[in-house]
Amino acid sequence: MLTFIIRRLFLAIPTLLVISLIIFLLLELAPGDPMAQVPLTVPPEVKEKMRLALGLGEPLHIRYIKWVWQFFVVEPSVLIDWLTRESALFGWLPDTTLYDGQLRVLSWQTRSPVMDIVVQRLPQTMWVVGMGYLFGVMIALPIGIYSAYRQYSIFDQVGTFISMVGFSVPTFFTGVLLIVIFSVELGWFPSIYDTTLVVNSWDSFMMQVRQMVMPVTVLALFNAAQISRFMRSSMLDNLTQDYVRTARAKGLSERAVVLGHVLRNSMIPVVTVIALGVPQVFGGAIITEQVFKVNGLGQLLIGAIEANDLPMVQTLTFIFALLIVVFNLIADVLYGIIDPRIRYD
Amino acid sequence: MKFKALMLGAVASFAFAPAAFAQRGADGHVNVIYWQAPSILNPYLSGGTKDLEASSLIIEPLGRYDQTGALVPYLATEIPTVANGGVSADLKTITWKLKPGLLWADGTPLTSADVVFTAEYCMHPEGGCAQAAKFEGVDKVEAIDPTTVKVTFKEAKPNPYGPFMGAQAPIIQKAQFAECLGAKAPECTTANFGPIGTGPFKVTEFRPNDVISLEANPNFRDPAKPAFATMTLKGGGDAAAAGRSVLETGEFDLAWNLQLAPDVLANMAKGGKGEARSGFGSLVERIMVNQYSADPSLPEGERSTAKHPHPFLSDVNVRKALSLAIDRPLLVEVGYGQAGRPTCDLVPAPAIYVSGRTECQTQDLAAANKLLDDAGYVRGADGVRAKGDVRLKILFQTSTNAVRQDFQALIKQWWEEIGFEVELRNVSASVFFGGDPGSPDTFQKFYADVQMYANNFDGTDPEAYMAAQTCDKIPRPESQWQGENIARICIPEYDALVAELGKTGDINARAEIVKKLNNMITNDSHMIIPLVDRGRVTGVAKTLGGFTLNTWDSELWNAADWYRIK
Repeated sequence: MLTFIIRRLFLAIPTLLVISLIIFLLLELAPGDPMAQVPLTVPPEVKEKMRLALGLGEPLHIRYIKWVWQFFVVEPSVLIDWLTRESALFGWLPDTTLYDGQLRVLSWQTRSPVMDIVVQRLPQTMWVVGMGYLFGVMIALPIGIYSAYRQYSIFDQVGTFISMVGFSVPTFFTGVLLIVIFSVELGWFPSIYDTTLVVNSWDSFMMQVRQMVMPVTVLALFNAAQISRFMRSSMLDNLTQDYVRTARAKGLSERAVVLGHVLRNSMIPVVTVIALGVPQVFGGAIITEQVFKVNGLGQLLIGAIEANDLPMVQTLTFIFALLIVVFNLIADVLYGIIDPRIRYD
Repeated sequence: MKFKALMLGAVASFAFAPAAFAQRGADGHVNVIYWQAPSILNPYLSGGTKDLEASSLIIEPLGRYDQTGALVPYLATEIPTVANGGVSADLKTITWKLKPGLLWADGTPLTSADVVFTAEYCMHPEGGCAQAAKFEGVDKVEAIDPTTVKVTFKEAKPNPYGPFMGAQAPIIQKAQFAECLGAKAPECTTANFGPIGTGPFKVTEFRPNDVISLEANPNFRDPAKPAFATMTLKGGGDAAAAGRSVLETGEFDLAWNLQLAPDVLANMAKGGKGEARSGFGSLVERIMVNQYSADPSLPEGERSTAKHPHPFLSDVNVRKALSLAIDRPLLVEVGYGQAGRPTCDLVPAPAIYVSGRTECQTQDLAAANKLLDDAGYVRGADGVRAKGDVRLKILFQTSTNAVRQDFQALIKQWWEEIGFEVELRNVSASVFFGGDPGSPDTFQKFYADVQMYANNFDGTDPEAYMAAQTCDKIPRPESQWQGENIARICIPEYDALVAELGKTGDINARAEIVKKLNNMITNDSHMIIPLVDRGRVTGVAKTLGGFTLNTWDSELWNAADWYRIK
């Protein structure tokens, strides 16, 4: 297993480099200009100087190499310095000073390091989108299991209906619908997420819960719809297998048959689906974040695309690519743990 | 009886106390929402309106424009003019006097050295300063004494209010930005995110593209202001959500730039929590008529250039027909409601510069048809006019935006009625307004026959705006397609008149010249067809007092005067 993981990690390096180059070239070739949002009252000569100040005067390959250097050398050294200096986990290690003031990956919109903004945005995304995913999985699994066990029952029909609705109605519709009902009409929940809220008392905790209810509900519904369908069909495949009949013939209780034997086997494909869905959590639910003004990573990406902030878009999409590669590996490893038939060595 | 009267008096004095002894920070918290989130608080590194306006809460210029477009002193004791001796008779220097005893938010004194440094910061050749145009023509900026600054221009400057005036050119602190000159500017993240200023508020936390937390500046020059102790400026989302949060749910007190369909806005206003106010500046939605041919069969590098004049749009009668066919009041009703009014002028304000011609405001399809008939364009079997092998077929492009697409559809219909064949096209705003010389879709390249967008001018003086339409400013391959004369107007008399404007100091004479210039390119030649004078709409909560909508400066220009209506 260990050699498998190491081999895969080494293989990931060229993959990631190629991905980063493709992202870079795609962004370069796409039309657009970081000065497009600057008012027309700013004369073109001034805009040209501003472009040069952003480093756009340099040739393509130099800019790519600079980005690679900044992302793979400068940014990690900043991270390591921070880890050994301030973090609780590695703070006991001697302080390092790897970062020597070289230029980091700077956003064109804010002229500040991209990674600092990413770190600032991550908690919002993790809390809201992560919770949405977690609740989605927690709702989906029991529904999927029971729907399959009682196929074509009322419960299954209703579950199918709800998941079809959840799957096919876009979040920008359900989100706005919830806002109109619960914020505008009833006034129960705030329509705009307050990212500055600090949870330090019961009241502020309740406030945090109130502002998370709607976005989490929308996302949970959407995720649950998808995963419960996978769970249901995977359970159905297994319920008709011979080993299930054998288990029942041996006189095992229904509970042991379904939850012990069928569920464990059915989880194999579902775990892959769930693991591969995790990078999307980091990517942020772009539309839901926009609707509820949860200024997380998805919203950051959309804003950067609109403003043609190439370093920001490049860095964010690359981080997402990195996460997808990592979670693919995790899914493969989990596969081996759950299914004893699969051995990588 | 006496006792009762005394008690009443005491009660009354208590009741009026808040008004009588207005106190800094007495009104608690105020929430502002900008649906475009501010990215940086240094206006010299970003030309974006959202960034300028957010920074105007913190850093201030020497003077601002008020809601009428008049100049009001902020950090200066008065606005220098020729009359009060502040501007020299030869119009080459302007001398500003700072108010005495000004303090930065950190408690240190503001002196003329800070003002001189501000100019140095923006005029640095490697800084890529977004407001460099404000300092154009400046020869030197000197500190005469700690409260006096003298700006010398290279040539006579009839409008010397570029440097240090308005939201675009506020004073930054020398001590904070001293190490941030030129190429080092972006490295000063702390300073760019939290400039120390003299404004009514100071930054407590800045989250780029998200939210700004502010608190009252303890050293603000008026000890009774601002009435609010803290402010949150939230950014992001869309105009509809911002409008909803002020007008319907009441979560926010002020929503900037509510560009929404008139009926949507009217429905929101029924929520009763606030009102939508509108004000007009110099923003005009217009159609630019290409004087050169953009025919796709021409070789690349020759389209939309002087080599090929337009086959029929170079004819004034054809252009006039295009203008006559448009029903401007209907466009306003469909697209802007209270935030628009029909206009025939490129310069719709300030009043002194407005030509005020209104003949274009009535649609006249019969007259348009007659013009084309007389010009020799005959309708063919398909209803499209032609003269010889010149068919009146036009490509009409604009940026992607719901209102603009509505306008396109309406105008297409009118133009087809008078015998044009019209093809529509829309381009994503980030490409259309981006100056990428490699893209064929920018508004500078103008690979179409007509195109529609909006533009305005900074401050109240239209000189630079008019000067942008001269021959030498035509975008062409040799200039990397940069240039502001998008319609490719080249009238020698116009250029001569612009040169004269640059030498004229008297305001009334200037106004006459601007009116002439305006009519030369709009009402008389129809090379630019103005459509709508676009206002700005701001959602204001009913409990927010003191807000005055200003279209000539930052919308948050008088945040110090805001208070809570109880």
